[in-house]
Amino acid sequence: MDVLRDALVWLSESEQWSGDGSLPRRVMEHLYYTGLAVVVAALVAIPAGYFVGHTTRGSTWLVGLAGAARALPSFGLILLLVLLFGVSGRETAAVLALVVLGIPPLFAGAYSGIHQIPRTVIDAARAQGMTEWQILWRVEAPLSLPVLLGGLRQSVLQIVATATLVAYVGLGGLGYDIIQGIPLRRFDQTVGAAIVIVALALTLDAFLALATRLATPRGVRVGRLADVRAR
Amino acid sequence: MDWVLDNGDLILSLTLDHLRLSVIPIVIGVLIAIPLGWLAHRFAWSQSLLLGAVGVLYTIPSLALFMLIPPLVGISVLSEANVIIALSVYAVAIMVRTASDAFASIEPAALRAATAVGYAEWGRFFSVELPLAGPVLLAGVRVVAVSTVSMVTVGVLVGVQSLGYFFTDGFQRRIIAEVATGVVMTVVIAVLLDTLLVVLGRIVMPWNRVGTEAQRVAVR
Repeated sequence: MDVLRDALVWLSESEQWSGDGSLPRRVMEHLYYTGLAVVVAALVAIPAGYFVGHTTRGSTWLVGLAGAARALPSFGLILLLVLLFGVSGRETAAVLALVVLGIPPLFAGAYSGIHQIPRTVIDAARAQGMTEWQILWRVEAPLSLPVLLGGLRQSVLQIVATATLVAYVGLGGLGYDIIQGIPLRRFDQTVGAAIVIVALALTLDAFLALATRLATPRGVRVGRLADVRAR
Repeated sequence: MDWVLDNGDLILSLTLDHLRLSVIPIVIGVLIAIPLGWLAHRFAWSQSLLLGAVGVLYTIPSLALFMLIPPLVGISVLSEANVIIALSVYAVAIMVRTASDAFASIEPAALRAATAVGYAEWGRFFSVELPLAGPVLLAGVRVVAVSTVSMVTVGVLVGVQSLGYFFTDGFQRRIIAEVATGVVMTVVIAVLLDTLLVVLGRIVMPWNRVGTEAQRVAVR
């Protein structure tokens, strides 16, 4: 328990709160990598997921591929890409690794969001004379939004967690104080930084949970349990 | 390729370490998660409490958890126990929700029928609920297995040897083949364990060919 007290002391020191390697700076670095990776991942995964969900074309192998991507060890992927890109391209390499890890949950969210809509609803829209684009934007997109946001939440979580590892290739972020502190046995520093990481992850998650709730269309409640039981 | 041929022994021994460090938390996690999942499904109060708690645990990044568990449990940061406990926590965090979904997916009529033919609470759980929840539970175990195998590698940062050793060592020595070997072998173990689980599922649950329902839950 002494370590926890030391960690709180470390957190309260003024040098952790201003200057170059301070915690606010680390948080900004962390959010920068996370935000960039999430946006790029979304630009790839959401159109792909909508396409597969709407047309059901290629669903078997794309869903399989997204599943297989989860087996990729994130730490190894970052280091491998950094070695391949060279030191000058390490930032691109690290963000690319985060993007690869962020895609599967977003893709699954976009795809299964549309997939779970009862076929009768989509057939009804088509019978009323809606074009395929109208069906996608006016029916499928809103009805699948809560599931998509669930995928976004998982994706953000995955990327925030993995972004702690980019410090190993010298890119900063909140993982820095942990990765630098372990060989020095500065456990007040590592535990203190871990507390900040947890706080950041929980805050982002709570924010996205709230967004998911607000995005659920009125009259549609996509409860997980009700969802499974209905099948 | 030369690097791989020269280091066959090391690859084999680290692969075995990796397997051990993966299988122990998977088994511990699943054994803890199934009763908790049942509890979460059974009562309204336990559902919000348990699912909320595992949601928070799941949110914690692995590197941070490796730092936080030692002072709470009283073990060394650099110990294997640290990694095994942390990964078991993640396994529970992933599995409780799936287990709760699995028990919720059982037709209530089937449970009432079981009660009607004379099953008491415990007998009903083992003879009716568990087998019927099996396919969805299996889907959850597969997700747990794959993510655990991948997360074991982060343990190298706290000095616990696994295939993750190839990442840090290969990176420092700038040997691309070494890092690539680590990545490929980790994926191979994940695919191997996953296939093993599917085969095991077919043997244990011959009445169900792991249908679409289980797969759909797994996709999320």
